[in-house]
Amino acid sequence: MTADLNPRKPHESCDCEGEGSRRAFLGTAVAAVAGALTGCGKISHEEFLQHNFRELSKEEVNDVIARLEREYREKYGRDVHVGNEPPMPGVIFGYALDLSRCIGCRRCVHACVKENNQSRDPEIQWIRVLQLDKEEGVDLRHADQYYNPEEVPQEGHFYMPVQCQQCKKPPCVKVCPVGATWREKDGIVVVDYNWCIGCRYCMAACPYGARHFNWGEPHVPSAEVNPETHYLGNRPRPKGVVEKCTFCVQRTRKGLYPACVEICPTGSRKFGNLLDPKSEIRYVLENKRVFKFKEDLNTQPNFFYFYGV
Amino acid sequence: MSSSVAKTFHPCAWVLGALLAVSPMAVRAQASPPKGEETSTPEGIQVPKPPFSDGIFPCTSCHDGKSMKVNPKPRQLTDMHQDIVLNHGPASRWCLDCHDAADRDKLHLVSGEKIDFTVSYRLCGQCHGDKYRDWRVGVHGKRTGHWNGAKEYLLCVNCHNPHSPHFKPLKPMPPPVPPQSIQAVKGGAR
Repeated sequence: MTADLNPRKPHESCDCEGEGSRRAFLGTAVAAVAGALTGCGKISHEEFLQHNFRELSKEEVNDVIARLEREYREKYGRDVHVGNEPPMPGVIFGYALDLSRCIGCRRCVHACVKENNQSRDPEIQWIRVLQLDKEEGVDLRHADQYYNPEEVPQEGHFYMPVQCQQCKKPPCVKVCPVGATWREKDGIVVVDYNWCIGCRYCMAACPYGARHFNWGEPHVPSAEVNPETHYLGNRPRPKGVVEKCTFCVQRTRKGLYPACVEICPTGSRKFGNLLDPKSEIRYVLENKRVFKFKEDLNTQPNFFYFYGV
Repeated sequence: MSSSVAKTFHPCAWVLGALLAVSPMAVRAQASPPKGEETSTPEGIQVPKPPFSDGIFPCTSCHDGKSMKVNPKPRQLTDMHQDIVLNHGPASRWCLDCHDAADRDKLHLVSGEKIDFTVSYRLCGQCHGDKYRDWRVGVHGKRTGHWNGAKEYLLCVNCHNPHSPHFKPLKPMPPPVPPQSIQAVKGGAR
């Protein structure tokens, strides 16, 4: 009876309307086929057809961000803001870490995990703190990242946190076969998680072990999600992509210090604009004993280690 | 850290660092920072309030100069402030090297100038000139806020108990899961 009262037109059976129906149908079909082939069953066709972030127009970026925010709201049951702040003109970020002050307490590691929505299970941490022997100096053969004594610092040891060094010649960018990672104008090396194919060449290329792969579906409890995010930074990542430290791009492009700088109880971490002669980072570079980690590889980091005393 | 500092805090001990003060240093420290607001550094950067123990300030509520006579002699304290362990520089260090005997709500520099607890860094800076210089440009100690704008410093005494200034050890936060444990977890390695 109902069929008689409300007869269906043929094209309604596929939920398609008007002129766009064929294109929409093809898009969905392509996405479905691709999903079947790649095993990424949950991917929407908008996401599948999305281009590299650097090729998107303003409107397309807005659409992408609106879609992401919708997806995050569905997934976490709360509003997540995805920002898109561009690099500030006249700014190149630099970072300096005082090896004479760091006590290896790992406050930075866990503040970073919280700020940047890193997966809790499986565990991903962007900062690794190495415990090294004072007698051996910076010699990675004597490095231990799993130390867990009652108190730090331990006698005879010093501590060296390692994270992305934001190289001026980043080997990770060089090897990416799809251009999913690049160096921004303010010196931050970023990843477009939607363009990353998960080949992990960048992880093999990085001499600092600074890149991390989402082997499993990343799990962040809803209550712990940091809702202030950036497209190229700490927005929640999908499974199968690489992620890394971005100097807290979502904070630093608004003028804030990175989370690791804010938390450090010893004030070992210094951050600022390398192009500003009055910044504390420039004071460090001009007045302290500074070195770059693995300088011989010519990666030219914008991350420096120094001795404050 | 600041809480542990606060516990052992006492009116007598604020800026022992100052004691070491050598006169040329003192002159320099005095000369450079003009008088700012109470909670501001010379650069107008906000610093938090000094970490006093609860209810201990103002010191003049006991040390009012009437009910208690000033006893300038270094001695083992028995009635009050026994919790303070003085371990800052030479053993001859004494409360009144930094705390002002006449006005207990103030500290004094080597020159005799009285200063507020909120600018105690000037007292510390008399001996620790290199640290003071680095602190003022934001390289010694911690800065929070904006890298390109308003920043907040901590006072020396927020991290270093002035009576026993060595930075106290901390319990480290948990280490990463070692690879051998990860194998058993669903989702595999990192």
